[in-house]
Amino acid sequence: MNEVSVLVGGKAGDGINSAGAMVAQLLNHLGYRIYLYFDYPSLIRGGHNFAIIRGRETATGTCGRTVDFVLALNQETVDRHRDALKKDTAIIFNADLVKGAGQGVPVKEILSAEHAPDIMGNSAIIGGFAKAAGIPWKTVEEVFSSHIPKSTELNLRVARLAYERLATVHPVPPCGNPPLPLLTGNEAIGLGMVSGGLEAYVSYPMTPSSSLLHFLAEEQENLGVTVVHPESEIAVILMALGFAAAGRTAAVGTSGGGFCLMTESLSLAGMAELPLVLLVSQRTGPSTGLPTYTGQSDLLFVLHAGQGEFPRFIVAPGTTEEALYWSGIAMNTAWEFQVPAFILSDKNFSEGTYSTDPSLVRKFPQGSYPAWERSPPYRRYADTPSGVSPLAFPGTDGAVVKVNGYAHDEAGITTEKAETVARMAEKRIRKEEALAQAMKDYPQVSVSGNAAGLVALLCWGSTAGVCDEVAGPLGLRVVRPVVLSPFPAEPIRKALEGTGMVIAVEENATAQLAMLAGQYGIRCGKKILRYDGRPFTPELLREEIREVLS
Amino acid sequence: MTGRQIITDAQNTWCPGCGNFSIQHTLKNVLADIEKEGQSLDNVVLVAGIGCHAKIADYLNINSFYSIHGRTLPVATALKLANPDLTVICCSGDGDCYAEGLDHLIFAAKRNIDLTVIVHNNRVYGLTTGQYTPTSPRGFRGKSTPLGTREDPLNPIELMLASGATYVARGYSKKMDQLRTLMREGIGHKGFAFIDVLQICATFFPAADYYSPRVYELTGHDRTVFEAACVRAREWDYDSDARIALGTFYQKSAPVFDGKTAERKLSLAERDQAVRELLKKRT
Repeated sequence: MNEVSVLVGGKAGDGINSAGAMVAQLLNHLGYRIYLYFDYPSLIRGGHNFAIIRGRETATGTCGRTVDFVLALNQETVDRHRDALKKDTAIIFNADLVKGAGQGVPVKEILSAEHAPDIMGNSAIIGGFAKAAGIPWKTVEEVFSSHIPKSTELNLRVARLAYERLATVHPVPPCGNPPLPLLTGNEAIGLGMVSGGLEAYVSYPMTPSSSLLHFLAEEQENLGVTVVHPESEIAVILMALGFAAAGRTAAVGTSGGGFCLMTESLSLAGMAELPLVLLVSQRTGPSTGLPTYTGQSDLLFVLHAGQGEFPRFIVAPGTTEEALYWSGIAMNTAWEFQVPAFILSDKNFSEGTYSTDPSLVRKFPQGSYPAWERSPPYRRYADTPSGVSPLAFPGTDGAVVKVNGYAHDEAGITTEKAETVARMAEKRIRKEEALAQAMKDYPQVSVSGNAAGLVALLCWGSTAGVCDEVAGPLGLRVVRPVVLSPFPAEPIRKALEGTGMVIAVEENATAQLAMLAGQYGIRCGKKILRYDGRPFTPELLREEIREVLS
Repeated sequence: MTGRQIITDAQNTWCPGCGNFSIQHTLKNVLADIEKEGQSLDNVVLVAGIGCHAKIADYLNINSFYSIHGRTLPVATALKLANPDLTVICCSGDGDCYAEGLDHLIFAAKRNIDLTVIVHNNRVYGLTTGQYTPTSPRGFRGKSTPLGTREDPLNPIELMLASGATYVARGYSKKMDQLRTLMREGIGHKGFAFIDVLQICATFFPAADYYSPRVYELTGHDRTVFEAACVRAREWDYDSDARIALGTFYQKSAPVFDGKTAERKLSLAERDQAVRELLKKRT
């Protein structure tokens, strides 16, 4: 199978992410399926940044330990990534700043020849890479025209000078696939929300959720979304509840620390039965932890956050196609059942870039909710068999809408009467049964790899890619619940039927999914865990699987 | 819906003599006036926090959002952004929005969101049975400060002027006619209207004997002059023995915070088209 990996490195501020995106688009236009991993420390200038772009003939969601190309914008890139080099790794570097083996691009000379500004230096490096990889000039033109809308011609002239100077050392053959959209996990989540009817997105910046705030803010007019950035995460979630109370669909986005601040109002959403969608993108914790590195340690937190008992929906997409689909379902579910609906992501997924095949995105029905039939008096919390009350919003003729975070009666008036309190608690809990029942129609659990394998990997979220890639050749089954609440115990049990051994693969230190599954009698015999903020590589996971199976 | 009963059947549990009765009665009259003038009360929403003041959400028969402690203003802000046709009124307590939710108050003023905040400022926590609040006078002996507080109170009028509020007023629960005028002005004001209401707490801080001889009505004061408003605001610092101005300190017209795209609702087809175009851009 054709496959290629490219590492682009430099210091923070060098535009590594955008250079990586250009490499990704070049490979995309050669027909490769892309995964881009972006690694950067939590600072604005000076630290070491790198992106690894992996292209494969078939879908990928992970990066290997070694690469075929290194594009070095500084000396540190060459020095630091020696482990990633193979015998035939081609190194292309900025000859003004880097010394060593490989092909140098005289960036300054090229820029001054074309009277181009410094910011176009990366176009020279990309041009050099294209030549080293034997990528046809036509493809370079195509990609620059679509993805560098400003000064396209000048950027192309800069790239061309480098293209002419370098030699093809490591030809990357075209794959024949048509190019696909490249989306980050957060973009896919945002677009899924929009397909599900998102009208307002409220967020306070926090890595790794911020890129969704930036994306929706940038595209707000095209996508018809109101974007608000208020004073704190506390205000964020309350504003979203205000939108919901007015009948407008709203979502929020944050990471662990910000979500801590939201929990009081999450509980308010549970009691007041207000629809709400939350993106929680995990990073390495506890506390500030590693702000720009990944982790899967907030599953049990999100599952249990907020005082009291109330139903919630949690979904953890592992591919951008799933994110497009399930983020829309999350919007629908929040409104259909008047519950908080979580999209649980992590740095790896949120900020990773993936080839996204729209033909693989399932269609979901347009959401609906029971509306008030306009026979007064309106009772906001009318008790029904499913527990779901018909909705009306302030401004509706004849309806007095009383939303309440206190224990309340069906009209929404505060009560402390024991009988009413118990009955309303049962009403809320019944919604969970209705929600679980509705979910039976959805593909809640993904099964991949060798469906008849006797050993299964049990994983969730962004480890989908690495588990799939490793499991196939080893003959293992991969069972990955996408819905995590209400917990799909039955479909998981069914997916695991016939296995003799289940290995939990998680990016946390305590195997939280395994713990949760254990509550339903689903046992994981072994655990493979990583908790240093970095994602599993296929090599590492393969070694660890061999170890636990030996 | 017209001619509604503005008070609900919910049992009222405020203490006899509580200043909340006056505030509620005044607000009820204001709502009745609004309705008489042809505006439907269906478009009015009341947001309340937690504390004695907040029971008003149960007692007034209008749309309400009974929120949590300190958390009225973000909810109210979003209600207004989501539906600009709504008249949004926030009833909040002094503990509720000068302590727990102070940041939201400052930011709502800073944004000049078009709503009215009525602070039931009884200068004591009532529902939690008598602790000091941010506006209690220095030396206040409450259950958490039996030896007396050792900090000065906050001057909310001054704070709101500094934060950019475009309507700043102070009322008194024993001056209901004036309070009615202030509420009408506040609700009519296009922008962030702030009304601090000195309220009697019959049980924990029955301060009528202190307020009544000191209060006076602001007359001959030019409410459009910020500096003049600041001078009047500093006259009484919620602690010292000084005369206490009641009325409108400041009012100005300024652009309000709105949600630009909020009113443009995309159809399903338009949304799908927008998503498809985005995917194309990323290819």
